[in-house]
Amino acid sequence: MNNKDSVGIVEPSSASFKDPLLLGCGKELKGFDLVYETYGKLNNENSNAVLICHALSGNHHAAGYHKDSEKRAGWWDALIGPNKAIDTNKYFVVSPNNLGGCHGTTGPKSINPDTNKVFGPNFPVLTVRDWTNSQAVLADHLNIKAWHAVIGGSLGGMQALDWSIAYPERIKKAGVIAAAPKLSAQNIAFNEVARQAITSDPDFQEGNYLLENTSPKSGLRLARMVGHITYLSDESMKSKFGRELKEEKLGFGFDAEFQVESYLRHQGDVFSNTFDANTYLLMTKVLDYFDPADEFNGDLMKAFEPILAQVLVLSFSSDWRFSPSRSKEITDALIGAKKKVSHIEIESSLGHDSFLFPEERYVKVLKAFLGSPS
Amino acid sequence: MKTSEVIENWVSSGSRILDLGCGDGSILEGLKLNKSVDGYGVEIDKNNIQACLEKGLEVIEQNIDEGLTNFQDKSFDTVLVSQTIQVLKNPKEALDEITRIGHQSIIVIPNFGHWKSRLTVFLGGKMPVTEALPEKWYETDNIHLCTVADFENLCSELNIVVEEKKILNAEGKVSSISSGWSNLLSSAVIYRLSR
Repeated sequence: MNNKDSVGIVEPSSASFKDPLLLGCGKELKGFDLVYETYGKLNNENSNAVLICHALSGNHHAAGYHKDSEKRAGWWDALIGPNKAIDTNKYFVVSPNNLGGCHGTTGPKSINPDTNKVFGPNFPVLTVRDWTNSQAVLADHLNIKAWHAVIGGSLGGMQALDWSIAYPERIKKAGVIAAAPKLSAQNIAFNEVARQAITSDPDFQEGNYLLENTSPKSGLRLARMVGHITYLSDESMKSKFGRELKEEKLGFGFDAEFQVESYLRHQGDVFSNTFDANTYLLMTKVLDYFDPADEFNGDLMKAFEPILAQVLVLSFSSDWRFSPSRSKEITDALIGAKKKVSHIEIESSLGHDSFLFPEERYVKVLKAFLGSPS
Repeated sequence: MKTSEVIENWVSSGSRILDLGCGDGSILEGLKLNKSVDGYGVEIDKNNIQACLEKGLEVIEQNIDEGLTNFQDKSFDTVLVSQTIQVLKNPKEALDEITRIGHQSIIVIPNFGHWKSRLTVFLGGKMPVTEALPEKWYETDNIHLCTVADFENLCSELNIVVEEKKILNAEGKVSSISSGWSNLLSSAVIYRLSR
C-alpha cells in the first residue's frame, strides 16, 4: 500500500440472491451471487449512493487495497477516494463485479446447479440489461431506492446509460464516460480477433478447459495484447516506448526486441494468469450486442425517451476506440429527446485508457457534476 | 430595467432555451430560477463550462463556428445569443442557423455605431475602447463588430423579422431614447427576432 489519500484497506462483500433472473437471451439464472466493494458511508436518507460500473476486464476492486502488501490499488483508485473526483467523504460508493465475471460473482467458473459442474462455455450469453437488472437487485438488497449517480467508463459508460433507460426513477445522475451508443464494425472486428485468439488455442478445449485441466493462456494473452493496443493512442505509445530497444543493437531475430513488444507481452502474461477465458468471450459479446436503439429501428432518440436522469457525456480527444464523435452521437440524441445532458471533451493523449487517469479538468468536471444541484 | 430582465420578459415560463455562448451560465440560471425553463448552454471556454456545471446547468462544449447542425429545426422556443454574434467567424451563417433552430431568437449586440465609437474612429483615427467595448483592437474577441443599422440590414436580407428591440445605454440599462436615434445613442441593443 503506497497511497495516503486512498480509501485504505477494503474487503469485498458478497450477496446471494435466490430468485431467478430472467436474461435477455430468454434463459434464466436460478439465482446468483454478486461480489462487490463499498467505500464511504450511506447517509440516513440513503440518498448518497453511487454505483460504479466496470469495463471489459474490470472487477469490483475499484479503490483501496485488499491488504497492506498489495502493490497496486483498485482500478479506479485515482478517481475514487477521500476528496477525489468521486468523493468517499460524501458518497457511498458501490462497486460490483458484473454477472459473468470471474472474480467471485456468478459466471462461467461457477457451478451450474442443473449439472453440478462448472458452467464453462454453457454460461448464458448476457446483455448489458442483464447487468442492470442484477444491479437493481443489489440496490434493493442495500436499501438503495435511487442512486445519486451511476458512473462508468467504456463498457461501464454503456451500463450507466442503460441504467438511465431501464430504471429512470432510480437514478439521478448518469456519468457516461468514453462510451459509444453501440459498437462500430471496427470495434466488433477487434473483439472477434480477440475471441478467435482464445477459441483457437488448443488448450481452450471448446471452453471446457477447467474440466480438462488445461488453460488457454496463450489465447487469452493474445486477446489481451490486441485489446490493449486499442486502449492506447499512437501518441501515448510513441511517448512511452518510441522505438526503444531492450538491447543496444538489433538482434535480427523474433524475440521481443522493442520495448513495446515486451510491454505487450508482459500485459498479456499478467492478464492470462488472472482472467477467465470464457468470461472474456462473454464480455466481448455483451459489448457487441449493446445497442439500445435496436428495438426502435435504430432511433436512439426513441430509446432515450424514458430517461429522467441528468446525464454527463465525457469523451477524450485521443480516444480512437470510442472516439469523441461516438460520444457526440449519444449527446445529440439526448438533446433531440429533450433530456438533461452536458457534454465535455477532455484533452488527453492517453487514448481510450484516459478515463482511468486523474487528468485535472476531468476530475474537476466529474466532481462538479456529482456535487451540483440536479 | 436591465438586460436580464428584458430577456426574462421575452421568455415564457416553462419554455425550452438554447443559450449560445452562455458564458458562466448566469442568464440561464436566472431563467431556470425565475421562469422554470429547460435547456442547454453552449460554450467553448473551459472556465465558463466549469461554472455552468457547478450551477447544475446543462452545458454542451461546442464551437459555434463549427456549426449547429446537431440542433433540430424549431426545437427550442428561444435561442438566446448574448454578446456572442460579434465574436463568430461567420455571423451571417450563424444568424441563419439561430433562426432555424428557435421559434424566436433573442440577440444582444454591442453597437459599433454608438457616438463614442464613431468619435474615436473618425476624430482619433483609432479603434474605440468604450464601456461596452473595453478591449484594445489587438486583444478583443470582437472580430465582427457591426452597427445597429448593419445588423438590421442583415436581418432583412435573411428575411428575419425584428419583433421587438430594446436599447441599452452605457450602464447596460434599457434607455428610453426613440429607436430612430438608436444607431447613434445605444451602446448595445437587445433584439427579439423571428422567421
